[in-house]
Amino acid sequence: MYQFNYRKASSVEQAADLRANADDGVYLAGGMTLIPTLKQRLAAPSDVIDVGGLDDLGGLDVGATVRIGALTTHADVAASSEVRNALAALSDLAEGIGDAHVRNRGTIGGSVANSDPAADYPAAVVALGATVHTNRRSIAGVDFFRDLFETALEEGEIITSVEFPIPARAAYAKFPNPASRYAIVGVMVAEVDGTVCVGVTGAGPCAFRSAELEAALAGGLSVAALDGVSIPSGNFNSDLHASAEYRAHLVVVMARRAVAQLA
Amino acid sequence: MEVTLSVNGTSHTLDVPDNALLVEVLRERLGLTGTHVGCDTSQCGACVVHMDGRAVKSCTVLAGQADGADVTTIEGIGTADELHPMQEAFRECHALQCGFCTPGMIMAAIDLVQTNGNLDEQAVRDGLEGNLCRCTGYHNIVRAVLAARDNM
Repeated sequence: MYQFNYRKASSVEQAADLRANADDGVYLAGGMTLIPTLKQRLAAPSDVIDVGGLDDLGGLDVGATVRIGALTTHADVAASSEVRNALAALSDLAEGIGDAHVRNRGTIGGSVANSDPAADYPAAVVALGATVHTNRRSIAGVDFFRDLFETALEEGEIITSVEFPIPARAAYAKFPNPASRYAIVGVMVAEVDGTVCVGVTGAGPCAFRSAELEAALAGGLSVAALDGVSIPSGNFNSDLHASAEYRAHLVVVMARRAVAQLA
Repeated sequence: MEVTLSVNGTSHTLDVPDNALLVEVLRERLGLTGTHVGCDTSQCGACVVHMDGRAVKSCTVLAGQADGADVTTIEGIGTADELHPMQEAFRECHALQCGFCTPGMIMAAIDLVQTNGNLDEQAVRDGLEGNLCRCTGYHNIVRAVLAARDNM
């Protein structure tokens, strides 16, 4: 790791001040992506501002919606019976992230803010039409992910919570990398307010909704409705794990598996 | 910077570099070399310790993040005369070959048993996904965890 100044923030406001006054500051939540990135010298921030101890960014609130504090770990989401009763697809998704030790540290806010193309939560954020709340505003989930590791967050903006509407039904299926458990492709299919929404992660530069799959499923959530459907591999990721064409194929297969779970 | 953490019940206040890792503090400052560094890339789980009761990869935790935390390492769970039930089960079931992954396996397995009410073989295999055994001795490790489950 390169040298950096470690700063532990005692409030959201102080974290924002530390970031504003740093040459090149970065926020640290659980650190499950940032610390390996620093260790590989892929990033050299002047200041690492640890927001991990901020109590007001934690917690889970299940009512008319499922609101998850930014610092809530994947393990806590997966273990919550309230979340499972309201939105089991999200519990399943959280339970499949990384491994047990990663889930004990990794947070939903960190995952969403990073916009890793292979992260799981972004599929749920776009499919369910979640709202990303920050210290400045609320951002519609469908507009949140902009590109590879790029989001709608402005410089210094901090996610405070992610709020999911409770869908009539939803399911998540992923094809994990066998070593890292990152999604080579992950698909969430949801019926929200009578509309079928399909969120895809792992395939493109960032999570997106698939117009082709949504059109195919608009007439009813059945696996047969996806027979013969294909999607363009256009800007999809291609790496040693999977070609763009294979990812395009997997998107339809994962969508079929998700729909099959709903039957 | 200064950090204060409790390790195996003893409080330590240490001056460490801002970019120090928890595993470096444990091994190099406190001499607790039972916690191993295998891959150093958050994958193998040889460095697993408990932080505030949960299994974490100590190669992927900054010392600053552990400030104020309660850390338990493999040295803190039993003694040579009185092994922890998980250590005893590993010995009984021959769940180690070279032994390099064993401290991390045991710390991970203890958390797994403590946080899962009904642990079956598949749940043990899934729960130890973040721990790699380079001898590939998984079968006896799973047997040991299932045996310890009944004695913890």
